[in-house]
Amino acid sequence: MKPIARPTARQGPAAPTRQRTRADTVRDAIPWTLGVPALVGALFLLVPLVGLLIRAPWRDLPSILADSQVLDALRLSLVCASAATAASVVFGVPLAWVLARSTVRGITLLRALVTLPLVLPPVVGGVALLLAFGRQGILGRLLDESTGITLPFTTAGVIVAETFVAMPFLIITVEGAFRASDRDYEEAAATLGASRLSVFRTVTIPLIAPSLLAGAVLCWARALGEFGATITFAGNFPGRTQTMPLAVYVALESNPDAAVALSLVLLVVSIAVLAGLRDRWLSTGTAP
Amino acid sequence: MRRTVVSLTAVATGLVLAGCGTTNITVAPSSASAFASSSPTLSGTVNVFAAASLQEAFTTLGQQFEAAHPGTKVVFNFGPSSGLAIQITQGAPADVFASASTKNMDQVVKAAAATSPKNFASNVMQIAVPASNPANLTALSDLAKHGVKIALCQSAVPCGVTAAEVFKKAKLTVTPVTQEVDVKAVLAKVTLGEVDAGVVYASDVRTAAGKVKGILIPAGVNASTLYPIATLTRPQNKAGGQAFTDYVLSAGGAAILAADGFARP
Repeated sequence: MKPIARPTARQGPAAPTRQRTRADTVRDAIPWTLGVPALVGALFLLVPLVGLLIRAPWRDLPSILADSQVLDALRLSLVCASAATAASVVFGVPLAWVLARSTVRGITLLRALVTLPLVLPPVVGGVALLLAFGRQGILGRLLDESTGITLPFTTAGVIVAETFVAMPFLIITVEGAFRASDRDYEEAAATLGASRLSVFRTVTIPLIAPSLLAGAVLCWARALGEFGATITFAGNFPGRTQTMPLAVYVALESNPDAAVALSLVLLVVSIAVLAGLRDRWLSTGTAP
Repeated sequence: MRRTVVSLTAVATGLVLAGCGTTNITVAPSSASAFASSSPTLSGTVNVFAAASLQEAFTTLGQQFEAAHPGTKVVFNFGPSSGLAIQITQGAPADVFASASTKNMDQVVKAAAATSPKNFASNVMQIAVPASNPANLTALSDLAKHGVKIALCQSAVPCGVTAAEVFKKAKLTVTPVTQEVDVKAVLAKVTLGEVDAGVVYASDVRTAAGKVKGILIPAGVNASTLYPIATLTRPQNKAGGQAFTDYVLSAGGAAILAADGFARP
C-alpha cells in the first residue's frame, strides 16, 4: 500500500521571472564580516587536501600501489569497514528503535552510555576493549577458556574495534529518524491487522530509509578511518590487521612518499563515497 | 611537593654517584660541584626528542637537569627513533636528538639537521614475558614454536631491526601477531598479558621489573644497538640543548643510564 503523497518542501513557489536589479545584487552579496571568516574556514579545510594532491608522488604512484602490502591493507580496510557497518545495522537499528520508542525507566541513561564511544578518544576505546575482550579480559578470558578463541590480533578483532567506535554514529542518526517519523502510518497498518514485526519491516524501516542510509554511510566512513582502537586492540600485522590508516602510519616511519600515496587512495575513496551519496547525504533525511 | 622531594633525592643520589665514580670514569670527584656552579645561567625550555626506550632514564636526567639549572624546563618527545628522525627532517622544533640506532641519527645528519653525534650508551635485546609466563617459555628457540604469540617492533624501528638480527643469528623464523610502533608498546602488550612474549631491550625489562619477567638471550646470538646523541643545527635553545647533551654524556648521566640497564657504548 503506497503512502499518501504529500507536497514536499522541494516543490516551492514558482521562481521569479523578472530581471535581476541592482537592488537584488546588493541584497544577495555576502557581507564581508561573514565572508572573510567563511573564506578562512574553507581554505583551512581545503589547503591540506590540495597539499596532498600537489605533493603526491605521481610518477611512482603505479609502482607504490601495486605493492601487495598496499593492496592487502586496502582490501582489509574495505572488508572490515563493511562488516562493521553490517554489524552496526543489525544491532544498532533495534537499539535505536528501543531508545526512541521505549518508555522504560532509565532509557535516558542507556542512551547516554551507548553514545559514549562518540566522544571517547579511540585509543581509550581500544584499551577498554582489551580489558573486556582481551585474553585476560573479563569476557575474553571466558571466551578463551571455553572455546580457545581470542579476539586481539585477529581480523575479527579489527571488526570489533571498528564496530565499537562507529555504531554510535548509526544509532544517533537512526534514533533521530525514529523519533521524527510519523506514527500515523504505523497505526494505520496496525489497525489493518499487520503484526508489530510486519509493521516494523514494511512501514517503519522504509519511512526512515534515507536516514538509515546516511547513518550507515557515516558509520562506514568512521570505521574506515579508525586507527587508535584498531592498533591498540587488534595490533598491527600486514594482511591480517593492518588497515589503511595503520599502513599510512607505518609507511610514515620509513617511506613518506608511500605514506602520501596511501593517503591519496583513502582520499579518493572518501570522495567517491561522498559523491555517490551526495543527494541523500545533504538532504534532511526525514520522512517525505 | 612530591616532585621536589624526588628531584632533590635524585640530585643527591647523582652527586653521590658522581663523587664515588669507578676508576674507568675519567672525572675528578670535585667536578660535580664545579659543573653546577661554573656553568652559565641557563633558562628556557629544552626540547629533547628521544627513543622510547630512554623514557625512564631520560625523565630522571631531565629532573636532575632542571634541579641543577633552576629556570629551565626539559620537555621530552619519546617515540620510535625512525619516526622522530622523520619529524626532525620535516622541521619539528627540537634542540636535542637521542636515537636508539646510528642509522636514524645518520639520516638526520645527512639532512643537515644535526652535527657530530656522540655515542652515549648501548643496549642488547632480551625476551620479556608476562609475570605469570602463561606459555612457559624458557629460551629463545621457544619463540618459534607453533601457537606462541609474540609481539615485535615494526621492522623500520631500531628495536625491530635489532630483533631481526637476533633471529637471523639464531637461524629462527618467528612470526609475530603484531608489529608495534615502538618498544614501549610491545612492553605494554606483554604487561597486559595479551601476548606470550615480546622482544625488547634489556633496559626495558629492568625498568618494568615486577610487571614482566626477562629471559636472557645468549650473548653469542644477541645483537646490540648504539645510542648516539646530538644537538640539532637549528635549535631554539642552543645553550640549553648543548648543556643537556653534555649532561647525558657526563659521569652523572652515565650512572643513571647504567642503573636503568643500559651498557657502555
